[in-house]
Amino acid sequence: MEILVCISKTPDTTAKIGFVDDNTKYDEQGVQFIMNPFDEFYALVRAIELKESLGGNVTVLNVGPAANDIIIRKALAIGADKAVRIDAEPKTALSVAHQISSFLKDNSFDLIFFGKETIDYNGSEVGGMVAELAGLPFISNASQLEMDGTSALINRDIEGGVEKLKVSLPCVVAASKGMAEQRIPNMRGIMMAKKKPLDVVAGVATEDLVEITNYELPKEKQGVKLVDPENMDELVRLLSEEAKII
Amino acid sequence: MNILVFADHLNGKLKKNAFEAVYYASQTAKKLAVNCIAVTVGNVENSKDLGKCGASRVINVPYTGNFSTNVYVAILAELADKTGSDVIILSGDLNGKAIHGSLAARLNAGSIAGVIEVPEADNGDLIVKKGVFSGKAFADHKIHSAKKVISIVPNAISFELGGAEVEVETMEISCPAPNVEVLSVERVEGKVPLPEAEIVVSGGRGLKGPENWGILEELGQILGGEMACSRPVSDVDWRPHSEHVGQTGIVIRPNLYIAVGISGAIQHLAGVNNSKVIVVINKDPEAPFFKAADYGVVGDLFEVVPRLNEALRKYKS
Repeated sequence: MEILVCISKTPDTTAKIGFVDDNTKYDEQGVQFIMNPFDEFYALVRAIELKESLGGNVTVLNVGPAANDIIIRKALAIGADKAVRIDAEPKTALSVAHQISSFLKDNSFDLIFFGKETIDYNGSEVGGMVAELAGLPFISNASQLEMDGTSALINRDIEGGVEKLKVSLPCVVAASKGMAEQRIPNMRGIMMAKKKPLDVVAGVATEDLVEITNYELPKEKQGVKLVDPENMDELVRLLSEEAKII
Repeated sequence: MNILVFADHLNGKLKKNAFEAVYYASQTAKKLAVNCIAVTVGNVENSKDLGKCGASRVINVPYTGNFSTNVYVAILAELADKTGSDVIILSGDLNGKAIHGSLAARLNAGSIAGVIEVPEADNGDLIVKKGVFSGKAFADHKIHSAKKVISIVPNAISFELGGAEVEVETMEISCPAPNVEVLSVERVEGKVPLPEAEIVVSGGRGLKGPENWGILEELGQILGGEMACSRPVSDVDWRPHSEHVGQTGIVIRPNLYIAVGISGAIQHLAGVNNSKVIVVINKDPEAPFFKAADYGVVGDLFEVVPRLNEALRKYKS
């Protein structure tokens, strides 16, 4: 089967968050970038597992500049077979979705995977947008996926539990935790990744309907109030009378 | 131009998130001097209550099938058209996340998910504030397009039920067949999903093993809170993945977050630092979590938590 995994580049989980240009731009100085963990740990690894048991190919797709090749090579090192980078600035969710759906017009896949969200923008929007633009079923927050002939059996996280779904292929799936376990690329994978194809294609023209006007950091906490470990009545009093929370 | 807001229900009763979304929509409508039209889908007992949090019209769409993105997108897109609504508001709960992107693409709308405050109007544009970097920062976005789709973070908006009930209008929409088939639903009744929980009790490696979770579960029960855990704990299967809060798990913003035996790595803090009040219980006074906490207890959790449970029981009675 042919599986497409759409991956994003995000700052490392430990990266410092700061802003430049009058708080309108993320300060990338000294920041290490990684593959978005939801794309890597859950979507990519599950796609590779399915390929290993059923045959076929895993293609990774990224929308972004040449600087993103480093995370694309990592996806190849983990086990994807080939990669495509659409050479366009990933400005808004909808513009990225248009880039991906335009690519899908000439390339067909049985399964299109996303991570459930990116850890920088936290929008959870692109998967659903691509599904709509490509006219495919969309399953959000999917924590398990097994193949059943030409259908996929998918667990979707819902309030207080899971919904077990059956969906005909092709479909678009946004993967959440539980879908797979992180894989660390080994030396052989890293060497092989260098020889795997990475095609760069031009993007299409898109329109930006939203723009960021200002970033800000959360207010600092005022400082912790320490409570004597022997005196939990005092903590309860603080929570009820001062914080008014219980 | 009007504002359309989707109000979801669970087993026929409107969800708390539905009231949050409708209240948010009505506040936005007030700012723009337009109408706030709330939509419910399927059999809902209390649709008329949406008037109490500001909806000027409430429309119910009869539907007996299962939840499916394509059906709900079709209903909301058609209603947006029928009611002349340019702004569509959703709760960013799990169904909202399933609808948002597809609806925005269908309408070619400026799309912002994860909004935490009522927007500012700016000559037909809206400026909305959303959380970014998994809770480590906020960003204002200007939406230029005529059509706008906005979803709000659960627990970010506190609503008031001040207004009057409104008569519910029934409107038939010809919607497509669902393109996913629901085989079964496994749900623990009464369990609140973590992003929507008001009180969350969370445990880390300091608990030393899954067999020691009893005292935390007791704390959760006394407070009526939900259970969560740190990543290392779910990675070694002491607790299920669904309880992992943090940057690569679930991002939450409860009123009260009690962290027990969690050191407070930056990835964990990212997922919880928008909680209104944070209590940290840890034996290491140098644990970074204390810097992000409102109240801290430096001590052995196996002594402190039972003592806290006792004190809470006394307080509750």
